[in-house]
Amino acid sequence: MVFTVKVYLLLFVTLFASLANYGFSLYEDQVGLMDWRQQYLGKAKHALFHSSKSGRKRVVVSTEENVIASLDLRHGEIFWRHVLGPNDSIDGIEFVLGKYVVSLSSEGNFLRAWNLPDGQMVWESFLQGTNPSKSLLLVPKSLKANQETVILVFGSSCLHAVSSLDGEVIWKIDLTENSVEIQKIIQHHESDTIYAVGFSSPTQFDQFQINVKSGELVKHHTATFSGGFSGELVSVSDDVLVTLDATKSNLVIINLRNGEIGILQTPIAHLIDELSGLIEIVISKLSGLFAVKVDSRLTLVRVKGEGELEVVDKIHSQATLSDALLVSEGQHAAALVQHEGSHVRLTVKLIDNWSSNFIDENIVIDGHRGTVQKFFLHSYIRKDRSHGFRALLVMEDHSLLLVQQGEVVWSREDGLASIVNVVTSELPVEKKGVSIAKVEHNLIEWLQGHLLKLKGTLMIASPEDVAAIQNMRLKSSDKSKMSRDHNGFRKLLIVLTKSGKLFALHSGDGRIVWSRLLQPSHKSEACAPRWLNIYQWQDPHHRAMDENPSVLVVGRCGQSMDGPGLLSFVDTYTGREISSSSQIHSVLQVIPLPFTDSTEQRLHILIDAQSRAHLYPQTSEAISILQSEFSNVYWYSVEADSGVIKGHSLKRNCIDVVDDYCFESKDVWSIILPSETEKITATAERKLNEVVHTQAKVVADQDVMYKYISKNLLFLATVAPKSSGEIGTTTPEDSWLVVYVIDIVNGRILHRMTHHGSTGPVHAVFSENWVVYHYFNLKAHRYEMSVVEIYDQSRADNIDVWKLIIGKHNLTSPISSYSRPEILAKSQSYFFTHSVKAISVTSTSKGITSKQLLIGTINDQILALDKRYLDPRRSINPTQAEKEEGVIPLTDSLPIIPQTYATHALQVEGLRGVVTIPAKLESTTLAFAYGVDLFFTRITPSRTYDSLTEDFSYALLLITIVALVIAIFATWVFSERKELQDKWK
Amino acid sequence: MRSQVFILLLSLQLFFSLLSPSHAISPGSGDGYTIYGRVKISRNALKEYGLPGKISNIKVILNGGQRVTFLRPDGYFSFYNVPAGTHLLEVAALGYFFSPVRVDVSARNPGKVQAALTENRRALSELVLEPLRDEEYYETREPFSIMSVVKSPMGLMVGFMLIVVFLMPKLMENIDPEEMRRAQEEMRNQGVPTLSSLLPGAGQSS
Repeated sequence: MVFTVKVYLLLFVTLFASLANYGFSLYEDQVGLMDWRQQYLGKAKHALFHSSKSGRKRVVVSTEENVIASLDLRHGEIFWRHVLGPNDSIDGIEFVLGKYVVSLSSEGNFLRAWNLPDGQMVWESFLQGTNPSKSLLLVPKSLKANQETVILVFGSSCLHAVSSLDGEVIWKIDLTENSVEIQKIIQHHESDTIYAVGFSSPTQFDQFQINVKSGELVKHHTATFSGGFSGELVSVSDDVLVTLDATKSNLVIINLRNGEIGILQTPIAHLIDELSGLIEIVISKLSGLFAVKVDSRLTLVRVKGEGELEVVDKIHSQATLSDALLVSEGQHAAALVQHEGSHVRLTVKLIDNWSSNFIDENIVIDGHRGTVQKFFLHSYIRKDRSHGFRALLVMEDHSLLLVQQGEVVWSREDGLASIVNVVTSELPVEKKGVSIAKVEHNLIEWLQGHLLKLKGTLMIASPEDVAAIQNMRLKSSDKSKMSRDHNGFRKLLIVLTKSGKLFALHSGDGRIVWSRLLQPSHKSEACAPRWLNIYQWQDPHHRAMDENPSVLVVGRCGQSMDGPGLLSFVDTYTGREISSSSQIHSVLQVIPLPFTDSTEQRLHILIDAQSRAHLYPQTSEAISILQSEFSNVYWYSVEADSGVIKGHSLKRNCIDVVDDYCFESKDVWSIILPSETEKITATAERKLNEVVHTQAKVVADQDVMYKYISKNLLFLATVAPKSSGEIGTTTPEDSWLVVYVIDIVNGRILHRMTHHGSTGPVHAVFSENWVVYHYFNLKAHRYEMSVVEIYDQSRADNIDVWKLIIGKHNLTSPISSYSRPEILAKSQSYFFTHSVKAISVTSTSKGITSKQLLIGTINDQILALDKRYLDPRRSINPTQAEKEEGVIPLTDSLPIIPQTYATHALQVEGLRGVVTIPAKLESTTLAFAYGVDLFFTRITPSRTYDSLTEDFSYALLLITIVALVIAIFATWVFSERKELQDKWK
Repeated sequence: MRSQVFILLLSLQLFFSLLSPSHAISPGSGDGYTIYGRVKISRNALKEYGLPGKISNIKVILNGGQRVTFLRPDGYFSFYNVPAGTHLLEVAALGYFFSPVRVDVSARNPGKVQAALTENRRALSELVLEPLRDEEYYETREPFSIMSVVKSPMGLMVGFMLIVVFLMPKLMENIDPEEMRRAQEEMRNQGVPTLSSLLPGAGQSS
């Protein structure tokens, strides 16, 4: 009996051991159960509408995130999308031949043609110029040079004519020698002649007449204008251009008729009465009209004949203009978008008949989208042969909306493509009695569901059943509920985007719970807000029922570092702004302190440009908390340019300012790195909220090592200034990488190591007592990853049992940076195949579960790599004891197991960062990756040892129990009968 | 439809291999050089994988993201105006594992390829990049078998119960009846062990 139990146990253990090969892997049918991905584009720069008669209607968009994408015009879904390189910003897009879209990027260096239906790149052409200049793209209309369309590209001071069939350069004209800054390329009345116009000096206007077919420079005219030019050159029609003079008080009309240049000037005051504020000409192609913007008000002016100007319209509210659109033969229309209260008014007018409206629609748009930044107009023929219009609006929060017939047809939250930072918030606590009733109600459904699942596992399910099972699993309402769960899987992800919009995403399915565009309380011209970062402000645990958590968003006015700061406190359940303060002191650094007040608000100090510290929240309680910890507040600053790292602490209250919450700081220490040999490239520090389970690490032979765990450690990497550029330009001889581990309280360098022949980019992650960093080894020409682990030697002799008994141990002595303990740093390096975009580490609620590194690779995938592979104790032949402990034999490179990709067969395009959040369940980490796409998943580094897996068959368990009960009854009946028979004998 | 596309693709490849020079680096205008190359994925592999491995989504990356380019329909790619030095090429293709490639562009002997896979240090005579292996991102589900049910904890429980129910009586039968009787008498003398007597501390009360 005992033996069988032993056998049973042994079987059980081996079964589990066989399961635990990989920490993390997925079956194909589990996709979407606990992960989601959303695809975005970024803020649209250009949009082109394409409507062929047969094919699907689409709109091609290029964005500020260097994305070119084709969208379904009906629903806004992505047909195809390409993310270009980070330095490859798109200058323009055009259609050619009706089947390709060409994109000009990298300041006119790259011209690529993409096949419209599937997004395949058809050809690519590199256009090399001489001097950097403005880049322009023009596809001349109705030109039949040898049956193929010519694409004209101006970039780097050269004008290229490129064949649209194969991207070959047909001819090239270098316009450098005349030192003309070309502003516009104009096709002259659909002929073979084009004009390239620009300025060669502030007072000289140049015009080149070029034949498109031959690439011949026909004429070069110049004209001087004593008033000088300033601002953009805007073309009104094929031969009239408009710009401003140097004083910005006169309009300059340039007439190119008959190959002559005529320059006329008209004072703006003649047209517009109130002249205050900034004057500029709006860059919109309105054939026959142009618009002057004075203090954000538009005035539309028509050019008649030889330069007579006539005011057509004055728009008093804030408005945006579209380009003119050819509606019918010789008829151009343009549209105007104005904000009127809560809605947006779209008016489409004919250029020739501006006084009447073609279409006048009011569209209700969610107020949290801000104002219309840009819009693109498209016309179509309705069934009754009248003209209909669609408009693609780009809003202040970077979202993209298609409006048609006064309604928003679809919208895309493309602001989410440029996330700055993420914090998480708990969901509200569930009110009692709600969930139980629901479960009872669905008991039969629940059973049916599990029977279906059982069918699935027994492989007797029909295809419909399989579909039903998959559907059931994906739609489980449990994961998208708006309340806290026991396992802590459901959270709110509060993200801050570049446009200054906050979104709360539900971690279950990624939907937007609320969104809010942050605006300074009194918006003024002087303050162009730029939101920098988001911090956890209040995270109530004790009073979770009656208080909502909140976040702090920190911003700054303008681009300069010492611009006045902006603070906004936002409730994470509702998105309501609790309070905000603007135009405060400047903000250089925000340091969350490890203290909270009685309302569980976290104390923060904000460092300003005069290196004064400002305490928030501004309550007397916060001051008293800070006073008691006054000498324990330390922070550091890194000046990457000058190579100086400084440690700071608080000194006293500000003397020159009467403000109780203002403190002066003093420099405690500083490390100055020699600027000729070292340049700072990367820093890393531990997460503030990281939990470490134990300081002791039991190694082979019952030995104990003590981890050196301090929150005040900084990892710093420097490279040789010569090799700080790109990989291809340096040699191993003059490049090195130096890494430091610095204690930020006293500036002690705990560890310093030089990797000769290595260079950046360095990506590092710091956790517990170890740091892992990724860099490039030029000698081997491969990427490497190194690990440094730091152990506390001063506690090493605590393992002596006698000392413990006598009481001569220092286990209870506090860890202090002042005590300068003896430390031991161990390090090891391995090759790693891929380039890395981001690196992060899993974090769990108690810190017991083993760790995995989450490595965002160049393929935009996230590899979950077990930390055990990066262990300095790995050796080629580990001893038996080490093997039992789990030390993996040393290999020269880190393994890439495709099943361990957390993103499985998906990509997170343009990956920039990975954030990990501990779930309540110890085995599980939530991971959120952001870039152009968003991805969320649950990661279990040591498998889900503390809960049943998703595909656990409850039905099989029930059947087993039923079978056992039946067996018990059967045996009981049999034994009764047998006993009776025995008694009768 | 798909097969047609492939025929076109193959013929294009043939065409290009006739035309394209054997060297992969040529001096460009100005100070830089051009790196030409080709990504070759076998026809079967592409067909098998279907949608995610589409050729249009394959990127070629120079020096860890400094420049990114895409493949033409024939699988060719090029980087223009690359300075002399040792560079690193990576291919990002979902579903395939490509080794990064070290490419030496030198001013001394332009037109000569010096490329090697960094993973296995294999030198390439031509810049034709092929995947080292396919990547399968999902675990494959084992087909249903009786053994898997038997091996599962519940199966083991049932199995154990069956052994106890059906095999134990058989074992009892084999015991000599006299011995059996003796054992039963012994048990009767000692009293039938009850649950309470088995519990610790119960001995004192009895």
